[in-house]
Amino acid sequence: MTTARAAAILLAKELRLEFRTRELLTATVVFAVVVVVLFSFAFDPTAAESRRYGPGLLWIAFLFAGSLMLHPSFGREQANQTLDALRMAPISPFAIVLGKMLANLLFLSVAEAILVPVFAVLYNISLAGIVGRLAIVLVLGTLGVVVTGTVFSAISAHARMRELLLPLLLLPILAPLLIAAVEATASLFSERPALDRAWLAFLGGFDIVFLTASWLLSDFLLEE
Amino acid sequence: MKARFGITALVAALLFFAGYAALFIAPEESTMHEIQRVFYFHVALWSAMYTALTIAFVANIAWLATRQPRWDWLGVSAVEVGVVSCTGGLITGVLWGKPAWGIWWTWDARLTTAFLLWLLYIAYLLLRGLLEDPQRRATLSAVFGIFAFLDAPLVYASNRLWRTQHPAPVVFGGDNSGLDPVMGKVLMVCIFALLTVMILLLVDRYRLERMRHEVDELRLAVESGAARPNSAVTKGAI
Repeated sequence: MTTARAAAILLAKELRLEFRTRELLTATVVFAVVVVVLFSFAFDPTAAESRRYGPGLLWIAFLFAGSLMLHPSFGREQANQTLDALRMAPISPFAIVLGKMLANLLFLSVAEAILVPVFAVLYNISLAGIVGRLAIVLVLGTLGVVVTGTVFSAISAHARMRELLLPLLLLPILAPLLIAAVEATASLFSERPALDRAWLAFLGGFDIVFLTASWLLSDFLLEE
Repeated sequence: MKARFGITALVAALLFFAGYAALFIAPEESTMHEIQRVFYFHVALWSAMYTALTIAFVANIAWLATRQPRWDWLGVSAVEVGVVSCTGGLITGVLWGKPAWGIWWTWDARLTTAFLLWLLYIAYLLLRGLLEDPQRRATLSAVFGIFAFLDAPLVYASNRLWRTQHPAPVVFGGDNSGLDPVMGKVLMVCIFALLTVMILLLVDRYRLERMRHEVDELRLAVESGAARPNSAVTKGAI
């Protein structure tokens, strides 16, 4: 079986699992909304300030939500030793990682698609005319979060205190991504929205570096 | 044992001389005066850190490629020594920053990179502490170590790009531009001294990790009832 086909089957399995309960998506969205609402209590921003701090807040919410949401990705396989079953399947280990990455990309993107309009209403930011360009920034940024996050979810699944460990591993490594994503989003939220190509290229570079690393290292990640 | 004592004494003497050179031999800097003397150890600590972390990166890859436990021992030892050097570098930097810049800290590209490396490698050490199975601990921490090392240039690049768009609050007067020849020599002595300290610590830490591994093996052997007469610990110390 080719890697792409195996990954597609695993993606379908992840989606089926999620849409039977929808617990992961619901919890992630609610958590991200809580972060966004709490921020307004902590800083009481005016319209001009929310334009300035908004992009940072939005991405902090995504990163925190992602670092919590990605834990069950491999953690869930731990409960009934289903990871062993996946490992025994005649497919490349990267297919397992890739299937989970795609599923996580979809879940986090859906969460973001729900959160962004809520955020725009609460912080008085007009999305008219920038939706398409914002989507590019969101997809490139989210890809970086889920690529590193899925790999680290596989790492932390074997550790004690794994729920706490995953954000600890993931958040520092995402610092360059946070800077790039916030800056790219800020240039879209400004008075004259523009797509910042330098930061987009940086986001793309981040994704490529860590996607390649995950591909090269996935054999070690899933070995018994 | 005697040779190790001798080497340690030699490194201590070298370190003492480096401290003396930084404080008394190097000429006083014209604008920052005495404060500038922290620079010799500051730069030397960073050299030691980058060397240690590069050793750790090589060891991580070597472990994954060869599965020889010594690479795992080297990896964790190098990270620990690197974190210690990084802590020293951050503290000397902060001590220098307050009198020289008027602020303890600024989010400059270099400072931010150092701080994030510190956090990443602390996370590496935490991860190792939380993984039980030795084989798995070695492999998974090696994967994380490689990711962390790959992240370093990205952190630096992103901060450079970020800060050039916003004017930086602090102007670095190019490090090597117009460095007094005596200052240059003192700096070299300090870098060399701290590299030897780093290597000494690394070797000791490596031996400790190897012994720990052997004790674990022995304990397993005792628990399973099968003695292992060939272990180095049974041959040597006991």
